[in-house]
Amino acid sequence: MSSVESAVRPPVVKIRKRTLKQRLNASGYKWAPYLFVSPFFVIFAVFGLFPLLFSLFLSFHYWEPAAGLGAMEWVGIENFTFTLTDGWFQTSVYNTIWIALAAGIPQHVVAIPLAYFLHTSFKRSRNTVVGMYFLPFITSSVAISLVFTTLFSRDFGMINMLFTSAGNWTVGDIQPLAWLFPTANIDWNRPEYTKTMIAFVVFWRYVGWNTVLYLSAMQTIPKDLYEAATVDGAKRWQQFWYITVPMLKPMMFFAVTLTIIGNLQLFEEPFIITGGTGGIEQAGKTAAMHMYITAFVEGDFGTASAISWILFALIAFLTWGNNKLLGEKK
Amino acid sequence: MFNKKKLGTVALALGTTLALTATSAWAKTTLTVASFPSFDQAVNSAIPLYKKLHPEVEIKLVSLAYGDHHNAMTTALATGGNLPDVMGIEYGYIGRFAASGGLEDLRAAPYSAEQYEKLFSKFTIPLATGGSGTLAAMPADIGPGALFYREDILEKAGVTHAELTKDWDSYIAAGKKIKEATGSYLVSSATDIKDIVIRSGLKDGQGIYFDADNTITVESDRFKEAFRLAKAVREAGIDAQVGAWSSEWTEGLRRGTIASQMMGAWLGGHLNGWIAPDSKGLWRSSQLPAGAYASWGGSFYAIPKKAKNKEAAWEFIKFMTMNKEMQIAAFRDLDAFPALVEAQNDDFVNQPIEYLGGQVARVQWKEAADRIPAMDVHKHDPVAEQIINDALEAVLERDADIDTVLADAAKQIKRRARR
Repeated sequence: MSSVESAVRPPVVKIRKRTLKQRLNASGYKWAPYLFVSPFFVIFAVFGLFPLLFSLFLSFHYWEPAAGLGAMEWVGIENFTFTLTDGWFQTSVYNTIWIALAAGIPQHVVAIPLAYFLHTSFKRSRNTVVGMYFLPFITSSVAISLVFTTLFSRDFGMINMLFTSAGNWTVGDIQPLAWLFPTANIDWNRPEYTKTMIAFVVFWRYVGWNTVLYLSAMQTIPKDLYEAATVDGAKRWQQFWYITVPMLKPMMFFAVTLTIIGNLQLFEEPFIITGGTGGIEQAGKTAAMHMYITAFVEGDFGTASAISWILFALIAFLTWGNNKLLGEKK
Repeated sequence: MFNKKKLGTVALALGTTLALTATSAWAKTTLTVASFPSFDQAVNSAIPLYKKLHPEVEIKLVSLAYGDHHNAMTTALATGGNLPDVMGIEYGYIGRFAASGGLEDLRAAPYSAEQYEKLFSKFTIPLATGGSGTLAAMPADIGPGALFYREDILEKAGVTHAELTKDWDSYIAAGKKIKEATGSYLVSSATDIKDIVIRSGLKDGQGIYFDADNTITVESDRFKEAFRLAKAVREAGIDAQVGAWSSEWTEGLRRGTIASQMMGAWLGGHLNGWIAPDSKGLWRSSQLPAGAYASWGGSFYAIPKKAKNKEAAWEFIKFMTMNKEMQIAAFRDLDAFPALVEAQNDDFVNQPIEYLGGQVARVQWKEAADRIPAMDVHKHDPVAEQIINDALEAVLERDADIDTVLADAAKQIKRRARR
């Protein structure tokens, strides 16, 4: 009986009778993963992709922002040609690269030996020491800049006090350190010192970050390499030079890339230190600050967008160069 | 008869109260006011008073730091979203905001503010006037320029007040005397002198860097004189070479190593409040040297075109700018010099200021306010200011030729103000 019925009834009917839940089950929730990852794409579209495309669109326009969205005026590539031929932009790029090199190179030159030292010399208290080095990185850059502005203050700053007290230190009638240290207070806001001051603050802030990066990379280097080297009679510096440094190369590539990107986007530190103006003769004005001033002081958002895209191209180019230099050879 | 009348009054009062409670119960309007420190304090102290008059209005004050506030307002105007009902605007931004067309024209109906314009110091209205004669904002307070100086230091150096203010040359000579006798600098920065001289001697309708017809005026005698004097001050060694609001600057004023400072009259409030409260009674105020009159800042209220409660916003602005009591309260508490002439003529102005050694300084500031020309603001003023400051640095630091740097500056301004 049942066999006859099943032969007569086509199975299609049975499928139709399925509940919604069953049907969803049958489709295997194929859409579910998309739903679960969608928050990222929605947020990225709103806060990432849209501003990105909008700034590209804006870079070909002149726009008086306070007049509303309708006030955009197509100017073609004029914003780009203006920026590339603009002396202020060139100065700001020069300043940025100067600071990036002056702050970036010492960061790595100090961070690698420092990480090696932490790796080999500290056993139990290593994490505490690493935490201390890491602290500047997680502190607010505004707070750091304000503290350093006070320290570098011309008349009441601690740094000048230390320098001049060393310079004016007298033994009998002579000042033995006067050739090395200044005898009068240095005005760190003068154009010839501004960049040095900013580079120092940036160096101080990120050296700990790089140390942590290198330290973590060192911890992945197999111990037997060092053991074998010790057996072969390699000294400690030889182990550092011939094992640690080559093994760190991938991390170097990563850390240098981060430094390049970070330093070329440098904004908060020079902004606070120079009081938002870029300093005397714009000596401390970085490209990111130039972009900000163009947008918010001069009210020219189109040119500011063009600057940001030129900056993007510059960063992309330098990262590519870094890749050629330190990246994996294929 | 008398009783009846009284009864009527009571009934009327009751009726009004009922009506008011009814409106407040039915339609409570929330008025958003965006402002910045310390201008926002005026709004804060106005809220309880205003609520007595308009219990149906709830006031929400949104206050951000000076720069953040104006950036937020720029973005809000650009996108048309998140706009407050009442927008506080500072002097440095009023020109650009007024020209943008994103703010209500207060001269048009239903505001018809033209009838009130004569109530304010005459130079304030042109600042808030955009192209084609629209009025974008109402002035609240102004900053007539004054020279604050340390009486005791002058006395010690044997310099009279007249010597200090007669003309710029005698000002510099006085500075040299003070430096020699007391070691104090006369000014904080040579740039200060430049800032005043380029602002003085302007005619109504002229701008600092641009004329009414958009010509760049930085090669005029006004600028040459300003640069020459700034250089003379630097060469005489009477400027401390510190920027305003830096820690060296406040310390210098506190310790008396900077003997005078030219700024808006509101500096008196800052000196008393936090910069140098200990030197109470030692400071004095006077007009700027060489008969100069200049304005330092000022604040305005505007209504964005896309505001939600324009009617209530206008009522509130009228209260904040044209209510004499409110203006005097802000004057007393914040040293915010009122833009409202009626408040300037109040007896309060004649009261001595204890901090300034009992000087009746407000009368003097009022006189300055009357003489400040109606300066025109231009949307490229911030660009021109940067360029001129750079040019002056070149003269002061590298001994560049004044005529050459000004000619360069004019070219630079022309290039950057290309639209």
